[in-house]
Amino acid sequence: MPIKHPNLHLEPMNGAIPAWHGEIADSDLLPICQNVRDGGGRLVALWGSDEHAQGNGFALHVVLVNETGLVCLSMALPAEQPSHPDISQIFPAANRMQRTVYDLLGIYAHEGHDHRKWLRHAAWRSGSFPLRKDFDAAQSRSDDSDSYPFVQVEGQGVHEIPVGPVHAGVIEPGHFRFSIVGEKVLRLEQRFGYTHKGIEKRFESLSLQQGAKLAGRVSGDSSVAYAWAYAMAAESIANVTPPDRALWLRALLLERERVANHLGDLGYLGNDVALSFGFVQFGILKEQLLRNNAALFGHRYLMDRIIPGGVTADLSAEGKRVIEAELAMLEREVRLLRGIYDEHAGVQDRFIGAGRVEPKLAAQLGLCGLAGRASAQAWDTRVQFPCAPYDKLDVQMATYRNGDVAARVIVRFDELFESLRLQREILVNLVQGDGLAIPLAKLPANGLGIGMVEGWRGEVMVAIHTDARGNLTRVHPHDPSWQNWPALEHAALGNIVPDFPLINKSFNLSYSGHDL
Amino acid sequence: MYRIIKQIIKTGIKTEASPQPDEAMRVIPQRLQQQILEVFGRALTIRHVDAGSCNGCELEIHAINNAYYNINGLGIKFVASPRHADLLLVTGPVSRHMEVALKRTYDAMPEPKLVVAVGDCGCNGGIFSPENSLGGESYASCGKIANVIPVDVAIPGCPPTPVALMQGILAATSVCKKSEET
Repeated sequence: MPIKHPNLHLEPMNGAIPAWHGEIADSDLLPICQNVRDGGGRLVALWGSDEHAQGNGFALHVVLVNETGLVCLSMALPAEQPSHPDISQIFPAANRMQRTVYDLLGIYAHEGHDHRKWLRHAAWRSGSFPLRKDFDAAQSRSDDSDSYPFVQVEGQGVHEIPVGPVHAGVIEPGHFRFSIVGEKVLRLEQRFGYTHKGIEKRFESLSLQQGAKLAGRVSGDSSVAYAWAYAMAAESIANVTPPDRALWLRALLLERERVANHLGDLGYLGNDVALSFGFVQFGILKEQLLRNNAALFGHRYLMDRIIPGGVTADLSAEGKRVIEAELAMLEREVRLLRGIYDEHAGVQDRFIGAGRVEPKLAAQLGLCGLAGRASAQAWDTRVQFPCAPYDKLDVQMATYRNGDVAARVIVRFDELFESLRLQREILVNLVQGDGLAIPLAKLPANGLGIGMVEGWRGEVMVAIHTDARGNLTRVHPHDPSWQNWPALEHAALGNIVPDFPLINKSFNLSYSGHDL
Repeated sequence: MYRIIKQIIKTGIKTEASPQPDEAMRVIPQRLQQQILEVFGRALTIRHVDAGSCNGCELEIHAINNAYYNINGLGIKFVASPRHADLLLVTGPVSRHMEVALKRTYDAMPEPKLVVAVGDCGCNGGIFSPENSLGGESYASCGKIANVIPVDVAIPGCPPTPVALMQGILAATSVCKKSEET
């Protein structure tokens, strides 16, 4: 049992990841959160749901994690003026999540200190809530222009630089408001929600299988992680386990996604410090990997290869040899390039000390994923809660304490090499076997399932609720960027503005995965 | 420095021949260079706007800059400002929250300007859009790019491959040529 509290009765959930679920009352939320926080636990996700079809009002769901597993707390809320205690004093990462729950469902965090809108700009009116089942899109349209109360910094010589939503490069849209003195950043405030395209609402009209496709497009660079987390949540509700070979193949795909992203980002990090040599070299390696993906699995970014119940792509003996040769090539080339990055004085001068997030601050903010591990936050779902086949792979976690761009680069290199090792192990263990999927046509009624996977950026979680007929009634995908974007506001402080693109790239957080 | 130079020599030239033109698009690589010179003078410049994509299309737009596709080698490059751009490369669906920014970016471009819509979502709203809505509209999405700004060429795919992207970008310049002739 992961948490002990007199009013908390936890039931274990089925599935690949250790998780418990419990109903709690309004008054128990803060003490339980505090209890988990005091024990070194973190907030994973927070979302709301409309429960009118079940004869209730609304519900708030909070997923916490500690060293024993995930705890999903559900809190029933009234139909009129639903509200819950503000938990952002305990978990600062909850701030934006709570504001989003208000924007989408009208569930209010009472006693909170920040009630500004977050994901809502001007597409729908204040006071109308898209994720309520009685939401009327036509009636809620708004032609107002967006306004947002940024925090103003005043003083002699302070001025603002607004950046975005359209950036200078090929990047997703978001707004950064810098308050600066000279070249130094005094304050950075983010404003997101530009790519909000109604993904969560869209899930509610999709079948289980169509939902898998959509899950794979929450954030295009983490397609495998989302598709797996979605499948894991569905399999948890249906209480089925995919065939062994399917699980091994999923891990192979996930590690290939990790390597592809690290290769791309290591190239761009070189580019951002004017080492275009690194950009070109890593770009070549990434392209070779993507071409192998297309040839072996039918898609360069491995989209739609994971479905609830299993996988859709197999690997032939010849394909195995192709990957073995590729892994050997990558191992050799990346070692060589790492040596060049390590010994390049200009590169190291820009990397070291830039965008530092101290371990203490990282712990406070709940920083997760590779950025967390570069600031001594030793969390990796593959290590703490190894679902099959990671339970047989003994993943070595990469951690570092410095928390700067250099540390995030080191963690990326270390994870890349570990990922190559894991792929070799997977190829050895990939036994011929028992089919690629257990058909999963429909889910049981009134279910709740959670899946969590360590994507390349960090922990990707998907929660699925089914209605009385077993249809998707609420799907909540959660990106690690929710936790890590606020840390970037701190990482930029005291740095010069021209270092911001470098610092930003070293995190490379998702806009689409956050804006939903 | 020695290791960098050695690696560059060892790597050699990876750039492949530019993709064969799609017959429907009526472009051939040789004429293309000529067309770009005629229409745009030395180079075609592209401004990219993500108007609400999942970032999948962006990955492939990055890829056309890598050594294999080397779109720079065709005289085509990405620029930071719409005021410097001949062609707007847009991924979508257009979220309602990006509608104004997309229109303003388009308005900031000098004439003559071209628009290329990228990906299934940019072409028709894609997976993010309700099936029963024309062009893929919802409370949060305006659907396809053409619902917001005029589109010259639409490149389908989820995401489109780098070759398809290059074929589409090249086809756009040929559309411009055609409209000038007629």
